[in-house]
Amino acid sequence: MDRKRSSKHDIERYARLFAERSEKVKTSAMRDMMSITDRPEVISLASGMPDTKSFPKDLLESVFVDMARHHSAELLQYTPTDGIIGVKRCIAEVMAAENISADVENILVTTGGQQAIDLITRVLVDPGDTIITEAPTYPGAVPSFLSFQAEAIQIDIDGEGIRVDLLEAELDRLDQAGITPKFIYTVPTFQNPAGVTMSLERRKRLVEIANERELLVLEDNPYGMLRYSGEPLPTLRELDGGNYVIYLGTFSKILAPGLRLGWIEGPSPVIEKCNIAKAAADLNSSGVAQYMIETYFQQADWRDWVKTASAIYKSRRDAMLAALERYFPPEASWTTPEGGLFIWATLPDHIDTTDLLTKALRSNVAFVPGAGAFLGSKPDPRGRNTMRLNFSGVPEDRITEGIRRIGEVVEEQLELWRTMTGEHRAVRTDAPADGSEESSVSFLAGRKMKRQAG
Amino acid sequence: MKVAVLKGGASLERQVSLRSGARIAEALRTSGHDVVEIDVDQGLVKNLRESQPDAAFVALHGRGGEDGTIQELLEIVGIPYTGCGVLSSTLTMDKSLTKLLLQKHGVPTPRFVSFGEAAFKSLGASDALDRIEELLGFPVVVKPARQGSALGVNFAADKSELPPAILSAFSYDESLLIEQFVKGREIAVSVLDGEALPAVEAIVRGGDFFDFESRYEIGNTDYVCPAEIETTIAQKLAAIAVETFQLLDCHGFARVDFIVPDDGEPQVLEVNSIPGLTQTSLMPMAAEAAGISFEELTQRLLATSQSRQPYPLG
Repeated sequence: MDRKRSSKHDIERYARLFAERSEKVKTSAMRDMMSITDRPEVISLASGMPDTKSFPKDLLESVFVDMARHHSAELLQYTPTDGIIGVKRCIAEVMAAENISADVENILVTTGGQQAIDLITRVLVDPGDTIITEAPTYPGAVPSFLSFQAEAIQIDIDGEGIRVDLLEAELDRLDQAGITPKFIYTVPTFQNPAGVTMSLERRKRLVEIANERELLVLEDNPYGMLRYSGEPLPTLRELDGGNYVIYLGTFSKILAPGLRLGWIEGPSPVIEKCNIAKAAADLNSSGVAQYMIETYFQQADWRDWVKTASAIYKSRRDAMLAALERYFPPEASWTTPEGGLFIWATLPDHIDTTDLLTKALRSNVAFVPGAGAFLGSKPDPRGRNTMRLNFSGVPEDRITEGIRRIGEVVEEQLELWRTMTGEHRAVRTDAPADGSEESSVSFLAGRKMKRQAG
Repeated sequence: MKVAVLKGGASLERQVSLRSGARIAEALRTSGHDVVEIDVDQGLVKNLRESQPDAAFVALHGRGGEDGTIQELLEIVGIPYTGCGVLSSTLTMDKSLTKLLLQKHGVPTPRFVSFGEAAFKSLGASDALDRIEELLGFPVVVKPARQGSALGVNFAADKSELPPAILSAFSYDESLLIEQFVKGREIAVSVLDGEALPAVEAIVRGGDFFDFESRYEIGNTDYVCPAEIETTIAQKLAAIAVETFQLLDCHGFARVDFIVPDDGEPQVLEVNSIPGLTQTSLMPMAAEAAGISFEELTQRLLATSQSRQPYPLG
């Protein structure tokens, strides 16, 4: 007898109607669990939130008043799909601060950096096309990649960013199979989630690879301006001169995420296609937000807030690093970011950070388990013992207390593990880490960097 | 009737509970009830005193909501509530207690052992792990004793896979069980007012069979209702479900989850005193197959608040 599927029940009824691409993006118990991290009693090191509390209120007020006086009709109106010229000029100014001379013609204003990723994927990727990302990669980009049914290949990163040697080997392999990846997605500076920065040597090599092989690179650079130590490095876009690198920017971290404004800068044929796709998606980004940016850039030096915010984040980063050193066990390692918002910590293999999060939540502290930054077929064991820690959204004393609580639950897990396996407690040593044992997903390189800095 | 739908809370199943709660509230309003929805937190008792409901519809899952905690509180504040009382909520939330009771009364359930975290921490329980092979045989499934979702449930194919599985389970509860893995069809029977509803079979088709979490993602599991099983088996499942319901002192409704081996007796895995009531949940599916609409189901579930024996307070 044939199996009859229940045809009456709601979920079955709708399930038949869902597009294949919507099935690729799944809910999970873990994602549901994250919803309880936003209770007020929880110290959340899980968000990616910049600090908005310290933004000068009188400046904000005067910007709102001014733009309402001078642009009320325009800001209430539809605006051009690619963005108003005033905002494009602001974007060119921000990019100039990164040593990039951008033509306003090649800029598309988007609704946040997130839409930039979504539009690019939409115009470049057919179902089954291959794309390349870092491992770990920005978890927020994953739903876009999956919903356009991209086959994502992840290339490991270490303390110097993406492993270009592994990338080349993979590109050779793909080439032999007759596959051209549609793009290489990277966050080279203060990466989300790992916090690491691609070295100059690798930047140059990556740009060379893109030119030699005629491949597009998506350089996602939300955090580049937020540097707290070390010397600035040229962007991929600067090194490439605009041939194969598409630059994704955002006002979220240099001003405020509430505006939902970002941009794509790239070769004009790509921008034109993205423009058409954007018209379909939302016609235009908020006129209110665009006029606000234009007015803000007229009234104030946008670098001032970047400086203020950077000073706040630097001190929070330092507090987190000090707390990690004090409260995390010797078996743990972590990256020492020179900027951005995140530290990436790696625990011993047998600690699953999704499980650990449950225990941590009982101690009212939250982080993001690393597993979501890896896209392998389930269950992808990579990253199971890693976590992303945000230091921008919480003041120093809360950071210290949060790390103390996480350290405590990690120690509990380790103690239990030792009783089951008879392993001995590890001892922290200041001897350099043994490079021969360097595993590709661990961030021993980051750890070494930390020692040098200390 | 004025009904307070209690939902949300801080358990790991908060999201499912919010969805169940919203759907129930909508159905109750359709049936003409005056509904207040309460996302339970520190203000719960004050909230209930202010809104003065005639009954509380408990749409909470997992810790705090399904384990007797809220039921106890509702007894104390004197508000009639839906479903299982304090004793049965406490029993069914704990898989080990449930199975011990079933074993005692001869209801088939897979062989198991249970451990408390304290046994590992201070009584050298690790040294007893070598007995698992002899007592249960591999493979086994390691589960937190009191955790409603698939989180922390892990498969162990041999002895070397026990420590990580145990570590995982103890992340969710200080007590766990190691259960013999029984291969078979997964069938759930919901009991409503002491009578069994049609069985629902869950068939895993996508994801990794042994990754318990991925099985519950939409699209990885098909549900067939009524389950396509022989009448004799269906009758047997219904009888065991009702017996289990009574043994555990359940009231109103509950869902009994079975594993049915190809050759052998159906075995009870666990009992849920507050089964999910979302669009993807099994009990509404079973009710629909029995010709009970969602509105009617919520009405009948609500009525269970009026028929419970009062708590023997002083």
